Amino acid sequence: MDIPYTVEPRPDTGVFNAKLGIWLFLASEVMLFGALFSSYILLRTGAPAWPHGRDEGLSVPLATLNTLILISSSVTMVMSWASLKLNEFKKYRLYMGLTILCGLGFMVIKSIEYSHKFETHHFPKTNTFLAIYFTLTGLHGLHVLGGMIVNGYFWGPGAKLFKKDPERFANRIEVAGLYWHFVDLVWIFLFPTLYLL
Amino acid sequence: MTALVDERLAHGHGHEAHEELSFLRKYVFSQDHKVIGIQYGFTALTFLLYGFSLMMMMRWQLAYPGQPIPFIGRFLSQGAAAGGIMLPEFYNQLGAMHGTIMVFLGIVPLAVGAFGNYVVPLQIGAPDMAFPKLNMASYWMYFLGGVTMLGSFFLPGGAAQSGWTSYPPLSDIAPPGQTAWLFGMLFLIISSLLGATNFITTIVQLRAPGMTWMRLPFFVWAQLVTSFLLLLAFPALQAAAVLQMMDRLAGTSFFLPSGLIVSGQAIANTGGGNPLLWQHLFWFLAHPEVYVLILPAFGIVAEVIANNTRKPLWGYRSMVYATVFLGFMSFIVWAHHMFMTGMGTVMSTFFQTTTMIISIPSVVILTALVISLWGGSIRFTTPMLFALGFLPMFAIGGLTGLPLGLAPTDIHLHDTMYVIGHFHYVVAPGTIFAMFAGIYYWFPKITGRKMSDVLGRIHFWLSFVFINGIFMPMFIVGLAGVSRRLYDGGQQYAHAQGVLHWNVFMSISAWCLALSQIPFIWNLFWSIKKGVKVGSNPWEATTLEWSAAPSPPIAHGNFPHLPTVVRGPYDYSVPGAATDFTPQGQEA
Repeated sequence: MDIPYTVEPRPDTGVFNAKLGIWLFLASEVMLFGALFSSYILLRTGAPAWPHGRDEGLSVPLATLNTLILISSSVTMVMSWASLKLNEFKKYRLYMGLTILCGLGFMVIKSIEYSHKFETHHFPKTNTFLAIYFTLTGLHGLHVLGGMIVNGYFWGPGAKLFKKDPERFANRIEVAGLYWHFVDLVWIFLFPTLYLL
Repeated sequence: MTALVDERLAHGHGHEAHEELSFLRKYVFSQDHKVIGIQYGFTALTFLLYGFSLMMMMRWQLAYPGQPIPFIGRFLSQGAAAGGIMLPEFYNQLGAMHGTIMVFLGIVPLAVGAFGNYVVPLQIGAPDMAFPKLNMASYWMYFLGGVTMLGSFFLPGGAAQSGWTSYPPLSDIAPPGQTAWLFGMLFLIISSLLGATNFITTIVQLRAPGMTWMRLPFFVWAQLVTSFLLLLAFPALQAAAVLQMMDRLAGTSFFLPSGLIVSGQAIANTGGGNPLLWQHLFWFLAHPEVYVLILPAFGIVAEVIANNTRKPLWGYRSMVYATVFLGFMSFIVWAHHMFMTGMGTVMSTFFQTTTMIISIPSVVILTALVISLWGGSIRFTTPMLFALGFLPMFAIGGLTGLPLGLAPTDIHLHDTMYVIGHFHYVVAPGTIFAMFAGIYYWFPKITGRKMSDVLGRIHFWLSFVFINGIFMPMFIVGLAGVSRRLYDGGQQYAHAQGVLHWNVFMSISAWCLALSQIPFIWNLFWSIKKGVKVGSNPWEATTLEWSAAPSPPIAHGNFPHLPTVVRGPYDYSVPGAATDFTPQGQEA
């Protein structure tokens, strides 16, 4: 007996299994980042003085560029899913490739920022601001990396499924997309919190 | 009906067109929820026994402080027990690891990983869990977490020793065992998250046709709410573990205040952190965790009681609503663990009010279970004995918690042996008794054979007597003001002198409790091969796992054909029906 509702949605709940699964996973991710943001607030309100990002060498232009890159990647991610729905596999490959490249671009810029800070002796242990900065952006970076690995798999070897079961493959891209948008959203919160406020 | 299913079992395997799986895929890296459930069960039971053994060593030190541990002492390293006499550092490791192992590696994996995995898909009429591969990954993450925790005993300085709560600053500056504890916890958290996602998706998506929400067996409701607690509460500890790891490995000061002096020397970290932050994050997980420990137990007891009283559960709907409400409330009571941190009377009042409110749904569930007994023709089977034992034991555990939830009385009682007595009544004779009830109850489903009732009765009565012998005196000792973390059991304190003799009594009870488990362990293994053979529904139960699936259920897909549900879960003694049980799939 096969497991039902792996492809078509269950009529009374309106979702297929993996879609509910990813939403639940994202709920736990919200709690994870929520706990870290709460920690940030508690540490900041408890500190006698709190430096502004620019005093610790954070570059707003680079972060703005990164924000734009991530937002574009969310757009291309949607386009890749839409291409699958229109049965245009070549376009899917193109848009998915662009999404992965955007992710790569984000990581490269982030590593330039990191190495610049290390060169000027700004380490996690230097002060509490940098500690939370490195923890939050580091954890977010790991999430971006995870998303890139998943997307890379679906761009390359995982794409074989499209020939066998296009509906199911489109579902997988939709689920991967939901995760990718979430990672994007986390950055939208991180950027003002760490760089601007 | 029963004979029909057995018939299918005998002939059913032939048409299953699945390729034969290798031994490794079938029994080790299995994706079948039944095999994974059994893997979880055996691993968790082993950890429970191991965690109990750690405590038995501690009980020697508490009863006979400063005397060499008999037999075991000579095998311990000089760094743990010099000349067989337990060192304080080792005592702390045993305490921290006893708590961690019992909660995170023993009871939760047994209650959710084992019972949930095996029983939930069967009770809702599903062929398997929604994500079989994630299910396998969840078990192996748990296994990895367990190995990391066990391995930490062999690190320089030994295992984690800052209590199971790992409070900083102590845990921030503890030996490397603490880092292993954090890594172990991360593995266990990932395992729980994968499991919780899987359980919720399975229950929401894979219910058989006709299995509406109010037709779900109460056990499934308990597992559903438990999964939500795991899913949403554990990430807080995940965050806390990441922050503490940064403190320990990258030299940050998230939990280290400015100007901290350790052993007369100022620490190198910059400071500026907040030790209370850890407590908030930890208890944001650990209070819902308490309900993770107790809800599956309620679920098992409800199944066993309905089946053995031969009548429907009294107030099924109220029990369901109480469980859901309890789940919500458990997220806003955490700071009642922190009354002594000086957080102010307004906050204390808020949290003591929510704590009083959350006791209501627990009482609703317990009352419904007690009233369910009324007027039933009770069968005193072995699982029923344990389920009945659970009721007063959990009641004692719950009621003794109320004085701890009120800030004024907590000032006297906090951190005393009274607290230990309270939560052990909830978890040991409470949850663990329910787990035993579940093992005796579902064993015939898993193996097709029954466990011995004679040995079961011996196991129950001996355990019941000795477990109370351990925990009841803790209330006396605690009310006298003896602290819970004393390496010598309180020998040096004047106020403890009047109650010290209880330490010997409690320790002997603990060792006798260990001996009382021998009939169980023998029974468990012996009955796999030699137990009395039974049909698919030996308890004459209504729920799908008994009435629609053979024992054991079919390897792929559980059921000979997909069941359709037409009635509620507990149609026992329906007036006019042919038998005193009407299965969920049976038309009137």
